[in-house]
This record gives sequence, C-alpha cells and structure tokens, in this order.
Amino acid sequence: MIPNPQLNKNGELQHLLTIDGLPREIVVSILDAAAPFTEVAEREVKKVPLLRGKSVFNLFFENSTRTRTTFEIAAKRLSADVINLNINTSSTTKGETLLDTVDNLAAMQADMFIVRHAASGAPHLIAQHLRNIGADHIRVVNAGDGRHAHPTQGLLDMYTIRHYKKDFANLTVAIVGDVLHSRVARSQIHALNVLGVPEVRVVAPKTLLPSEVERMGVRVFNDMREGLRGVDVVMMLRLQNERMNGALLPSTQEYFKYYGLTPDKLELAKPDAIVMHPGPMNRGVEIDSAVADGGQAVILPQVTFGIAVRMAVMSMLAGN
Amino acid sequence: MPTLPQATELCRRLADLMRPHVTPATALVGIQTGGVWIAEWLHRELGLKQPLGSMNVSFYRDDYHQRGLQGGRKPSAIPFDVADAHVVIVDDVLYTGRTIRAALNELFDYGRPARIDLAVLVDRGGRELPIAATYCPHTLQLPAAQSLNLERTEDGSLEFTVVEK
Repeated sequence: MIPNPQLNKNGELQHLLTIDGLPREIVVSILDAAAPFTEVAEREVKKVPLLRGKSVFNLFFENSTRTRTTFEIAAKRLSADVINLNINTSSTTKGETLLDTVDNLAAMQADMFIVRHAASGAPHLIAQHLRNIGADHIRVVNAGDGRHAHPTQGLLDMYTIRHYKKDFANLTVAIVGDVLHSRVARSQIHALNVLGVPEVRVVAPKTLLPSEVERMGVRVFNDMREGLRGVDVVMMLRLQNERMNGALLPSTQEYFKYYGLTPDKLELAKPDAIVMHPGPMNRGVEIDSAVADGGQAVILPQVTFGIAVRMAVMSMLAGN
Repeated sequence: MPTLPQATELCRRLADLMRPHVTPATALVGIQTGGVWIAEWLHRELGLKQPLGSMNVSFYRDDYHQRGLQGGRKPSAIPFDVADAHVVIVDDVLYTGRTIRAALNELFDYGRPARIDLAVLVDRGGRELPIAATYCPHTLQLPAAQSLNLERTEDGSLEFTVVEK
C-alpha cells in the first residue's frame, strides 16, 4: 500500500494536501481544534505564541486576495513570521523552476510553505521533494492547486456548517454551479462524505460537471429548482470564467436565469437553510444580491471562521 | 503512598484562607478543567460579583512542541475587564509551575491586572520555575512518575486520584 503522503509514520497530519483519503478522526480533530482559536480574535492582543520563531512562506503562484490574506492573518495571530512571495515579480519569471525555488527557500530555514498553484498536484510535488532532500521538517499546506483541491476551504465550510447546523448526521447539502473547474467543490464533497452527510447533491448544467461525478458519492441535478428542494445547506460556487476554454455556456445572463441563486429559488430549500459562497462572488451571475446580503447568507462568517481553521491547521502541522 | 487529601474538604479550607483577602470586586479565573470546577465553587462560596473566567492555556504552553495541540478543551473566556483588576488564578494542583507561567502570559494578553494571586488545592512539589501559591491548604511530595488528577463524579463532588504515568 502506498502510504498517505500527508501523514507521518504515526498517522499524524504532517502536510495538508487534500481532504481525499484523510481519516474522519483527523478531519474532526481539525474542526475541534479550530473552536478555541475563534476567541483569540476577540482579545485585546490578538495573538498566541504557538508558532513564535517559525517562518511561514506564502507561495502564491496564482492570484488570490482572500486566501492569502487569511493565511497571513492566521500565521501572524500564531506569532509566526510571514514572508509573502510575490511570484509574478520573482525569479520564476526569470526561468527558475518550482523545485529550485523550494530548495532556495529551504536554505533560508523555512518552516512551512502555504502553496497555491495553477497546476494540480504542485503541493504534492513540493512535499515529496522536501522528503527527497531530507527537509521534511518543512510543512506544506495546499492553498488551492488547479482543479484538484482546496482543503482549508473545504474544512472552513465544514466548520461553518457545524456551527449553524450542529451536526452532519441528517443534512441534505447542495453544491451549485461550476463543479467542473472547482477545486473547492472537490474538497467539499470529500469532506461532506467523510463526515457522514447522508445526501450530497451537485447542481449544474451538464457542461459544468466532470464526467462520472456520481462516482464521488453525490446525486446529480441539472434542474436547480429540483436540486434545491428541501436542502439544509446551499453551497454556491463561483463561475470560473478564467478557467474556461471555449463555449461551455451561452451567456452569463442565461446562466443566472437557470443557475443563479435568487430569493424565489432559495424558497424551495428549507426555511432555515444557510447559503454559503467561497468568494469572490459574481453578483448577478451565480448569486442575486438579495440572497448574498440576505438573512440566510453566512458568507462573511465563513471568512472569519476560515482564520480560526487555518490557525488550527498550521498549529497541528507544526506540533506533529 | 501518602493518603490522598479530600478535595471537598480542601475546597472549604481554601475558601477560609482566601476569605479575609478578597472583596466582591475580586475576579476568579479557573484553569481548565479542574481549576474551573474549584473556581465555580469558590465563586459561590465567597459571594464574588465579577463574572467567573476560565482559561485554556494550551496555546501558551512551552511543551506544545512535544505534546501538540490538546483537543477537547473550550476556548478561554475572560468576561471581565482585566485592566486594573485583582485576579486570582485557580488551579487544582501546583507542580512544575509551567501551567501557571502559561496562564500569567495569557492573562497579560487581555490587559494589565493590578494584582494576580494564585489559589490551588494541593502543592505537590517538583517546581521547575520560581512560582509559589498565595493560597494553598495542602502540600505533599509525589514522585515524578505519578500524576495527581482531580476528577468530578456524577453527583458533582470532586475527588483526587493518583495515576502512574
């Protein structure tokens, strides 16, 4: 059996690369560990000394504001030193390879890499390379790789669901939108399944669904009204125009008509259903402003919880 | 092995030691989990008016890199203004002093207290830091291989047990 590259020989989390294949106990332990960190933000001194003296490198090979900022805040609230690498202006544009960059940062005594990359598998490659060069004391957190995974987003979504719904045992959850290009959706589906959510639905036009998506353990709906009926949680996805090659959609107006979350479509869900979105939102494309700013939206709490969840992940990795 | 002290009796004696020195404005902060149980009892017994605080010091521990994150604890809750307050930190057992060092550091991240005292049920020796209790009704010596734990039974009463590490 090939060992899970995220776990050390004691079965503890060493890197966070994907939720796929993580034991349920580890997922639950991250959610449990995150709860005490929410309180740190309410103190006069918003800092705890867990990562004091550690150097955390934000390696973002792809644009991001929210994820990079929340990782930076999380690391700083743990008292780490945070170094943001602006890859667009760095040596990569002069031709340095990814692994040469990693070698150089390892030589600068890095303790943790937060990696975002357009290529699926880049964080795995880095983790494997660190092992090969005998530098596996350096931890790797995947902050989004290609279409593959965005595990901290999946975890913060689970934290949010647990916060509002208390328990995963009787929920019906709909993931709506551009599943095809979405690493967020993949991480959400793996997390919902490992936590035992009985019904996970994906709602999208056929052109925005990966082939054989049913094999991930989801029910597929092409009609949004059918897909939202009676759900407890609506997880919207961003329409990823920048990742689309060719014409998968007639127009964003038509997309909004059929797959935009409007108040009348939301009425089909349970009255206490919550609405989530990983951001950034395209208002009037996948979500109506009346819903995004409405009483059922928990989109901003997701951002706040995301800091606590990232603090928990970094603390666990550094302590294992 | 020395006879184990009666926790309920020690709580009463601890309250007697503290009574002449506290005012209604004195704030108690229990260290999770045993210290919180004792602090809850002292808070009622001494008729204190400040809301009770509780602290999870695991983010401040110096042995975090050996022990990792300890799950299952609640967040710290300090529901009063620490600045210029008289605070009594409450814990079950005083041993190396490292927990108290962590608690002091954490408390200062909430503000600058006027005074901090320490109340414990038992001092078991073995200090590794220059820390002493202000109020302590019982001392005993235990070998390092044993740990003294406070437990709460189903009827809510407190009991000490000794566990071989």
